[in-house]
Amino acid sequence: MGLLGVQRLEAYRRMLRIRKFEEEGVRLFLAGVIPGAYHASIGQEATIVGACMALRNDDAMTGTHRSHGHPIGKGARLDGLMAELMGKQTGICKGRGGSMHLADNSVGIIGESAIVGGGIPLATGVGLSAKVRRTDQVCLCFFGDGAVNQGTFHESLNMASLWKLPVIYLCENNGYAITTSLAGSHGQTDIAKRADGYGLPGVVVDGQEIDAVYEATAQAVARARANQGPTLVEAKTYRFDEHQVGLIVPGQPYRTAAEVEQYRTQRDPIALYRSVMLDSGMEAHELDAIEREVTAEVAQAIEFGEGSPFPSVASLFDDLYSEPLNPGAESRRATR
Amino acid sequence: MTGELSSPARMNYLDAIVQAQIEEMERDERVIMMGEDIAIYGSGDLLERFGADRIWAMPISETSFTGVGIGAAISGLRPIIDLNIASFMYLASDQIINQAAKLRFMTGGQVKVPIVFRVCMYYGAAIAAQHSDRPYPLFMNVPGLKIISPTTPADVKGLLKSAIRDDDPVLFFEDTKLWTTKGEVSSDADALVPIGKADIRRAGSDVTIVAIAGAMRPVLEAAAELEASGISVEVIDPRTLKPLDMPAIIQSVAKTGRLVLVENAHRMVNASSEIAAIVCEEAFDSLRKPIVRLAAPDVHVPFSPVLEQAMYPGKSQIIAAVRKLL
Repeated sequence: MGLLGVQRLEAYRRMLRIRKFEEEGVRLFLAGVIPGAYHASIGQEATIVGACMALRNDDAMTGTHRSHGHPIGKGARLDGLMAELMGKQTGICKGRGGSMHLADNSVGIIGESAIVGGGIPLATGVGLSAKVRRTDQVCLCFFGDGAVNQGTFHESLNMASLWKLPVIYLCENNGYAITTSLAGSHGQTDIAKRADGYGLPGVVVDGQEIDAVYEATAQAVARARANQGPTLVEAKTYRFDEHQVGLIVPGQPYRTAAEVEQYRTQRDPIALYRSVMLDSGMEAHELDAIEREVTAEVAQAIEFGEGSPFPSVASLFDDLYSEPLNPGAESRRATR
Repeated sequence: MTGELSSPARMNYLDAIVQAQIEEMERDERVIMMGEDIAIYGSGDLLERFGADRIWAMPISETSFTGVGIGAAISGLRPIIDLNIASFMYLASDQIINQAAKLRFMTGGQVKVPIVFRVCMYYGAAIAAQHSDRPYPLFMNVPGLKIISPTTPADVKGLLKSAIRDDDPVLFFEDTKLWTTKGEVSSDADALVPIGKADIRRAGSDVTIVAIAGAMRPVLEAAAELEASGISVEVIDPRTLKPLDMPAIIQSVAKTGRLVLVENAHRMVNASSEIAAIVCEEAFDSLRKPIVRLAAPDVHVPFSPVLEQAMYPGKSQIIAAVRKLL
């Protein structure tokens, strides 16, 4: 069963938040307001939000370098996220994380790892912790198709299966690890099948259909809460933009313009869900109102970010340790 | 402190590790242990005492079980990860460096990573280069970590307990050359040794020797022999390698004017390099003679005992180094 009632509007709202946050983020990145590198989640909104909607607020989550959608999908406020992208003191990570690390712990995210596959053991550890602490919390672990080829994926799934840990391994399979296709990097391209080797269920869903992602994740969450162990969910999705904004890919294109166009026009998860909701009797003006609210929210987040100060250089060592090292410590010598 | 209520016990370095772990696990149910074969070789009767929910026997997946420990630390537990032989840390180093050391900083303090990694430096045992490393200098170069390597049973217990109670990731480099070292250890379950404080193991006035980890044994032997010939050596045990207690070392050098640094890590960019650099930067005027460093050469540990024996600074080299400065 897919999303119901008020959840559907919330899911639509969160997908739109990701889309509009990213569209504005790309604009600000190209304008030089956002420094560094920008990895947009446009096209992958249904996978992210569908999975997050199956969680409780107190469930944990880990993510990846393509990190903007994850906190938004889990319900985070936008202002701290946008300020973080701008490198501001009011950013969710006080300007220490940036685009690849938008972790908002207030919604349960313990880290967004830009080391591919780096977050998979962490999520597994949250599962172990939940078991030891005897809570019924679960951890949702996002990673991409590329991460499936890291050792951490295999080692972690093995341990989670061995100990029946409450973890949902959710692969955002967007088809390409930067430019390398699944066929070019996987001996066997059905990611969900990898679960067989470790003794846990593996399911495949259309990652552009939010109801499908929600349903598969909700079942995995129910298994996890019932002490039945982890599940691998492979959501087949698509990234509409390049791996990162402005990335120039030399030589032969690794994917065709027609393929990108087909996804943009036929497989846009937000357009697809809008149709589903209109078909089920929702009024267009209700959805338009949500869109207007989200547009205002994003504008407000940008205003918040732009109006915020940069961190002071004196604050550089803040949060390196739980308490500052003693004043004679070597790490501070350079700044004395 | 309630030290006077129970009398200190005499024990060795390994016993001190076991006792620190048991006391901290009894004190705080969030403390768990993870490692390969620990249910069997688990330093005492840990499994019977604490059960499988707190003593986790790991598959041979160092990279990921290290990350599992970090994830557990972020979500409310205080794991002790036993990585066994120090060179296995290389497999775990991505998780130690990119996650444990960085997550507090990178999240702007939203998460904390209270975790202890135990590793043992098992050199001088004819087990060749892949099992014989002393890799603490690599990790000293990583911000966000704390590193301890005590040399007495009392310090082992007190520092390991501090490490378990600390909210930051701590690496504990055990030196197997010290495993049999015996000493008085407080029976007080709350007797802690603070991280970041050096100890003067032997007071003296002519030369300062800073001895790190397993180098402490030959240094103390050398100091005793030198005293017999009228040379007074002050021996400093940093105990913590990150953060280094430089004020203690600089204070000693101000008194003696001569500094010898001894350790069993490779010479290139080791702990002594950093200590020597800071003494030169901040206490150059105290030095009456150039600093002398004794360490393993920049070559891998060989299998053949005849070759390996020559790797680490011994008593005679330490004595010769001190005499050269006088």
